[in-house]
Amino acid sequence: MGGKMTLGHMVPGERARVTRLSTKGGMRRRMLDMGLVPETVVECVGQSMMGDPKAYMIRGAVIAIRSEDAAEVTVSPLPAGTSSEMNKEASQ
Amino acid sequence: MIIALAGNPNVGKSTLFNGLTGMSQHTGNWPGKTVDVARGRAVRNGREYIFVDLPGTYSLIPHSAEEAVARDAICFGRPDAAAVICDATCLERNLNLVLQILEVTPKVVMCVNLMDEAKRKGIHVDIDRLSSLLGIPVIATVARSKKGLNMLLDALDGLDDKTDNTQNAPIISYPEPMERAIALLEPHIATHLPEDMSARWAALKLLEGDDETVLCMAEHIGCDISLMPDVSAVLSNAWQLLSDAGIDGPAQTDVTVSAIMKKAEDLVTETVTLDHRDRDSTDRKIDRLLTGRITGYPIMLALLSLIFWITLVGANYPSQALSDMLFGFEGILSDGLILTGLPDGMRELLVQGVYRVLAWVVAVMLPPMAIFFPLFTLLEDAGFLPRIAYNLDKPLKRCAACGKQALTMCMGFGCNAAGVVGCRIIDSPRERLLAILTNSFVPCNGRFPTLAALIAMFCTGSAAFSSFLSAAMLTAVILLGVLLTLVSTKLLSKTLLRGVPSSFTLELPPYRLPRIGKVIVRSVFDRTLFVLGRAAAVAAPAGAVIWLMANTTAGGQTLLSICASYLDPFARLCGLDGVILLAFILGFPANEIVIPVMIMAYMSSGTLSELQGLTEIRALFISCGWTPVTAICTMLFSLSHWPCSTTLLTVKKETGSLKWTLLAALLPTVCGIAMCMTVKAISSLFI
Repeated sequence: MGGKMTLGHMVPGERARVTRLSTKGGMRRRMLDMGLVPETVVECVGQSMMGDPKAYMIRGAVIAIRSEDAAEVTVSPLPAGTSSEMNKEASQ
Repeated sequence: MIIALAGNPNVGKSTLFNGLTGMSQHTGNWPGKTVDVARGRAVRNGREYIFVDLPGTYSLIPHSAEEAVARDAICFGRPDAAAVICDATCLERNLNLVLQILEVTPKVVMCVNLMDEAKRKGIHVDIDRLSSLLGIPVIATVARSKKGLNMLLDALDGLDDKTDNTQNAPIISYPEPMERAIALLEPHIATHLPEDMSARWAALKLLEGDDETVLCMAEHIGCDISLMPDVSAVLSNAWQLLSDAGIDGPAQTDVTVSAIMKKAEDLVTETVTLDHRDRDSTDRKIDRLLTGRITGYPIMLALLSLIFWITLVGANYPSQALSDMLFGFEGILSDGLILTGLPDGMRELLVQGVYRVLAWVVAVMLPPMAIFFPLFTLLEDAGFLPRIAYNLDKPLKRCAACGKQALTMCMGFGCNAAGVVGCRIIDSPRERLLAILTNSFVPCNGRFPTLAALIAMFCTGSAAFSSFLSAAMLTAVILLGVLLTLVSTKLLSKTLLRGVPSSFTLELPPYRLPRIGKVIVRSVFDRTLFVLGRAAAVAAPAGAVIWLMANTTAGGQTLLSICASYLDPFARLCGLDGVILLAFILGFPANEIVIPVMIMAYMSSGTLSELQGLTEIRALFISCGWTPVTAICTMLFSLSHWPCSTTLLTVKKETGSLKWTLLAALLPTVCGIAMCMTVKAISSLFI
């Protein structure tokens, strides 16, 4: 895996697993509450017209996150065909 | 029995609340609608239930004043029970809150709402299994059909009747080091806490270093447990324990949150089954259209124009009918009053003053308002508004504001005062102020028909495709309002309200099929009543005032013409005239009376004796000196002038500061004057 891939690098249709959350402070807690804990499988489901914010499917809900915040979440890409529902299988 | 209604935003909490209490609090399909804590009462079988509808929150760690209200109510308000409302189509994230609340109190009922949406998407929830796994009652509901409400009340009765107060085993087990740390702290804390407050939860908060919650706790129980000597000693031991196990600093919170998430995940695996993998494909397709690179803005614009077009066309017939009826009745009223022997002056005041203005407001202002509002509510209920915020976030971010400002702008469409209150959904105080101060650039329900009437009178008349043209022009005016909002927001954020944009997340809820019939009927009814009420309260007296001013002379001139001529020189610079400016000033209490006031004022010095429609009014205005420039400047000024009295009062209440209220009044006024002067200046170069 070359340089760090972040949430912000994902394009619609891509799936990835969260590895690290570098955000600090209130935003960190907010992201945790939304379900962005390490090991979560997220899918990028869209990007807004200017490319920012992007929308991600996280634990069953679609959340829009700004690019500067998405840049703080490190992810590792998953091969196409993995679904968010396979979250549980993968982490067991 | 006092029950706190908690839950994520947008799960149907308020719908449930309305169903239980019979109140009709406004609900909408995007977060932030419940901004005041509403209380309602239900009585069944002689038992009384008081429901408190808390603001939606994703977790018990608040990120905004709203969420803090929810947290305080649950953690420190000590309700008799907490009912947590969850979205059946998105159970996992919702369970986060349920589990957090279970750590605070065992007296919880879980309500799995939106079961009809879940069924539509092929999502099945095993309610009984969920209930046995969680150890609390779980009720399936469809709040908007009022299904399951009785079962909910039954479950609450069960909780109330339960005399066995032994605590269940803790619902979440944390990793071993954490559990040991908690076990170390718990007994020492328990002695300082009231009996019904969970020591385990308090211990967790201390271990997480959640100072804010501990402080709030201190306020409520009168004792800061972190300062208690025995507690703080054990606390350092506990932290050492965690540190030795490799858990320190921010990792403490991560551990607890991950444990809760994992539990939620497990619960969902065991109780939720899906018919097909791709349950959200329709939503994603619609989103691709609404928010796509190329299609996003055009579709939003088209949707807006469509709504305007439906409003304008739909309002035409009722308007005409009401107009004919009410203005036709004027003669009968007048004759009737003559018979009562009322003095002439009094009769004229009532008929030509009060009645005329009332008639105008009801005939011309009411129909568009009664149509636009329900349409807008339908959009809201379906879930479009967050997509608008999503699309507008980047431009707003460039103006150092928050994407949620787009939502408050949409609220301002209905009513600027409501838009100002709605700014509570914005967490950052600076960004909230930006949204409050610029909200008036979005024309509210009262100004919208004024703009529509002016456009119809002067720009389109009965030209071919006039309704399309009108809708298009209205859209253009609204876009101008949006542009003004962005520009002034940027200006403010560079001068008075400097700062950097805050972080925010926005949830894009699933699209829901609004109950079209119900919404339309309810909304039309509500709106009509509201407008009629305002008409009686504001328009009628205003009509009386105008008539008095037009018929009281001082030094050979009527008061009206004295005031108008006083304002005239300045007004002319802005492409307006004294009467128009006076009308706007008198329209301070309610924007919808601006045109009626103008008509009244012109008529007292004009030649028209009868008003039957927009063409006659156009003729009246022209005969009093209106030119196309006047029309344009009036429209611009209508878009951008001081907010109405209700809005200003609301701004004062929300900001608590006279300074900002003054700015809220000045900002659009100065913009409006500047625009009008520019237009006038440019036009005088060419004409």
